[in-house]
Formats: sequence, structure tokens, C-alpha cells
Amino acid sequence: MAKTIAEINEKIKKGKAVVFTAEEIIDYAAQKGVKAAAQEVDVVTTGTFGPMCSSGAYFNVGHTKPRIKLGGGKTTLNDIPVYVGLAAVDFFLGATAMSEDDPRNKIYPGKFTYGGGHVIEELVAGKDVKLTATAYGTDCYPRKSLETYISLKDMNEAVLFNLRNAYQNYNCAVNLSDRVIHTYMGVLQPKLGNATYSSAGQLSPLLNDPLYKTVGVGTRIFLGGGTGYVVSSGTQHNPGVKRTEKGVPKASAGTLCVTGDLKQMSPKWLRGTSFTGYGVTLTVGIGVPIPILNEEIFQYTLVRDEDLWTQIVDYSESYPQFIPGSLGEVNYQQLKSGKITVQGKEVPTSGFSSYAKAREISQMLKDWIKTGKFFLTEPVELLPSADSGIVFKPLKERPIKKK
Amino acid sequence: MQKKRVVFSYPPHLVDHPIITKLVRDFDLTVNILRANITPRGGRMVIEVEGKRPALEAGIGYVKEIGVEIEPIAQDVKWHEDRCTQCTACISICPTKALDVERKTMEVSFNRDKCIVCEACIPVCPYQAIEFLF
Repeated sequence: MAKTIAEINEKIKKGKAVVFTAEEIIDYAAQKGVKAAAQEVDVVTTGTFGPMCSSGAYFNVGHTKPRIKLGGGKTTLNDIPVYVGLAAVDFFLGATAMSEDDPRNKIYPGKFTYGGGHVIEELVAGKDVKLTATAYGTDCYPRKSLETYISLKDMNEAVLFNLRNAYQNYNCAVNLSDRVIHTYMGVLQPKLGNATYSSAGQLSPLLNDPLYKTVGVGTRIFLGGGTGYVVSSGTQHNPGVKRTEKGVPKASAGTLCVTGDLKQMSPKWLRGTSFTGYGVTLTVGIGVPIPILNEEIFQYTLVRDEDLWTQIVDYSESYPQFIPGSLGEVNYQQLKSGKITVQGKEVPTSGFSSYAKAREISQMLKDWIKTGKFFLTEPVELLPSADSGIVFKPLKERPIKKK
Repeated sequence: MQKKRVVFSYPPHLVDHPIITKLVRDFDLTVNILRANITPRGGRMVIEVEGKRPALEAGIGYVKEIGVEIEPIAQDVKWHEDRCTQCTACISICPTKALDVERKTMEVSFNRDKCIVCEACIPVCPYQAIEFLF
């Protein structure tokens, strides 16, 4: 019964591919029987829409007359500094960048209303942003300052490039201390006042391909409302964590490094995001198609929220001090019910990854495939898996020797 | 017994009037001040009043008569549905379930009538989807 990606693409071309979302497939397989459904189904689509800090974009804005070399000087987009340590008019904007005069946490908790993520959203929305630069000037690049409006369509290239997205599972955060804390997992109320989580659970891309049997280098994906590609495993890809019998990680594990043409994307699926007391970031929409090449791969996509477990971590002490330890395990069905029990106390829950939007993405990707607008790719290489021996290392600090 | 949640807008010349005491003593109403911001330049107060229907109407009538503007609660609260990503960050914070989620679809909704304008959701929403004009 094994299928190839080429065979599936042939069916997509003819408009005959059988496609389900990772949510729909659960009931369909239960009804039809796993064996029969595995033979029938060609693709299962996944989705996720959550804040992903290791996101950003690079641009080439075109040369000025006379020419300017941005590298070595200072360049901003809407007052948000970009990284210019590249060729003359190339630069990179990170999602968490903020303007130099943003008060940050000087008046705690800071509001962080605007940053790199918001600039990306505005650019994708077609808005003009203010490009300002100062440079030191050279014989070949004499100009020393620049101030202009620019929009995405004016640029030569505008490319989303995210070092780490689509985390395969993530901590459930709580606060054991007696004060309110402000984290990248939101505002956490004292003494287990609430718990937050951030995963699309049964719709999440890598939770439907837990051992990376299909997703790999070059996999074409839904990215920010357009098409993008998996570059490789993302930073902090950590496949060697504790897993369930079915191979699903019970803590943060794999990640994806992704890229795509920003000009095709939509502000609906790339949203500037503000975390009070923490900072700014970008919420990214990603959808990964899983080709059903065999029954084993199909089985993985049948995973349900109640089979997906994560660790409850204290963000007042354990996380900031990097002290390993979990307050217990909880599954996504429990998290999505609105309350969980931690240390005998009932704790209300909130998410940061939107399940409703993840469903919408998986549905859009399904429609693209069914209508022949999106074809699957053969990965050039699969991602390092549980047997790769990868170890997620902390930074080992060494004292600087005085000369 | 009837209960009403309203917003009082005080003009500057009424900020030193014991309006709430009047409502309690003269109209036999139970008053719960949910939020108040009164300065010499005027101010606003979010209150819940409870009492028998005629007393409630008479009390509200008195307040209007002396020149306090009364608006329904949450008139000044905007939930920008287009900015909301349905992430549910606000759900565990909202004390009255004015912001609530349909668990089956995980879609967030805002029920204006339940909002007590406490603003607890403001620092929690990463997308500035809720706006208070208080």
C-alpha cells in the first residue's frame, strides 16, 4: 500500500487527492478503520499559530544614488534597529527587536507595544515604513545618511527567515511565588493562580510526525499565509527527550527552521505580538502537510489531545534559575478544558497558541492541496531524530583571563 | 429585586456630592462600586445597584436629575475581533467570564453585559485586542 510523494502529487494534479486535517482524521479513521483509511488518505494537514520569538526577515532595499553602505553604521525601520553586518543594502530584522528609546522594563511591567514583529506585520500589510540610516562613508559608498519611506513592493527581496519555529510541544507554565510575574508565557498569577500553555496539540505539525519520518529539508509548507519551506531542523532541536510509547515527546523537542517570500504573506498570519513585562515577538502561522506514505505514518497523525503530554514548570524559580524539574504532567485535553490540577489545587488555564487559527490553517492548506494549488515535496534530508544522539547543551561559562 | 450595572459620569460641580450615600439611605439600594476615577475635573464610576424595581428606578431618576450621566456598562469597552487571535490568554484572567471560550471550537467571545471594566485583560492580551476608553 506504500505510496510515493510523486504518486500523491499526480493525484493532486488530477484533483483526486484525499486530504483531511489532523483534527478531522481522528474521527474519520475511527469510523472507517485505520487500515482502510490509511490506504485511502493521501495527505493530513496540520497547523499552528503561536508566538515564535526566533523569527525575523531579511531584506535587500536596493541601492541609493549616490550609494550608501549600511554595514558598520546604524539602520532602523520605524525606529526599530536592524542588523546590518552584511553587504551594502542587505539587512535582517529580528522579531524581538525594539527601539532604543523604548522604556523596556524601566517602569515595570513594560508594555512593549511595538517592535520588530510589528514592523513585519505592517510591511506585509503593504504599509509604508520609515527607513533611516547613518553610515561612515567610503570612496565607493560615499553617502552618510538616508531617510525615506519604503514598502515591501519597493524592495528587491523580502524574505521571512525563522531560526526556530513550530516547537514540538512546550511547557505548561505556572507561578509558585507570591507575586505576579510577567513572562513569555504571559502574566502568571501568584500561588498557582493560573497556568498557560502554547501548542496546537493534536493539530501541531511536529506532534503529528513525532519522529520526523516525512518532514525534512526542503518540505514545502504553509508559512504566514503564503508558501514557504523547511530549511532544516531549527535551533534548540532536541529530539532526545522523554517520549510516550507511541514516540510522542512529553516535553519541548524538535523545531523547524523555515523560510519563505514575505511578499506572498498576509498580516493575518504574521502578527506583531506584545508580552507585558517581557517584550515583543511575532506570531507565525505554519501548516505542514504530512504525506501518508504508509500505515505507520498515518498512525502518527491520529494522535489526540489526550495522548499528548507536557510538563508543568514553575516560571518563578525553576525556569529562570535553570533548575530542572517538573511539577507534574498534564495533557492537552486537560489544558484545553480550562482547568488542571497542580499540587492538589484547581488552576485555570489559558493558551498562547490559537487552536481556532491552527484549525483554520490546516483547513486552508487542505483546500490548497485539494484544488491543485499546492504540491508536496520530497525532503532532501530528514531531520535528526530521537536516535541522533543530539544533546541540548547549556552555556558553559569560562572566566576571561586578564592579560 | 433587580440589579443594574451602569457607568456614572460626574460633571465637575457634582464631585463633592454624596450621591452614593443618598442612593443607599434614601432609596434603600445596595451599591457596589466596581471602579471609580473621580478628580476635581469630574469623573466616572462603574457601579452595581440592587434593589426593588420602583426604588431602583427612583434612585436612577434622582441621579440623572441632579446631572450625572448614566450609560450602560461596557459601552466604553471595545473588543477588536479582527485583532483577536483566539489564543485564550485572557480566559483564565477574566473574573466574570465576559471573555469566554467555546471549548469545542476554542473560539473566544466577548459578552459586554458581563464585563465589569476591571481591565485585568489589558496587560494579558498580546494583540491589544481589547481597548478601554474609561
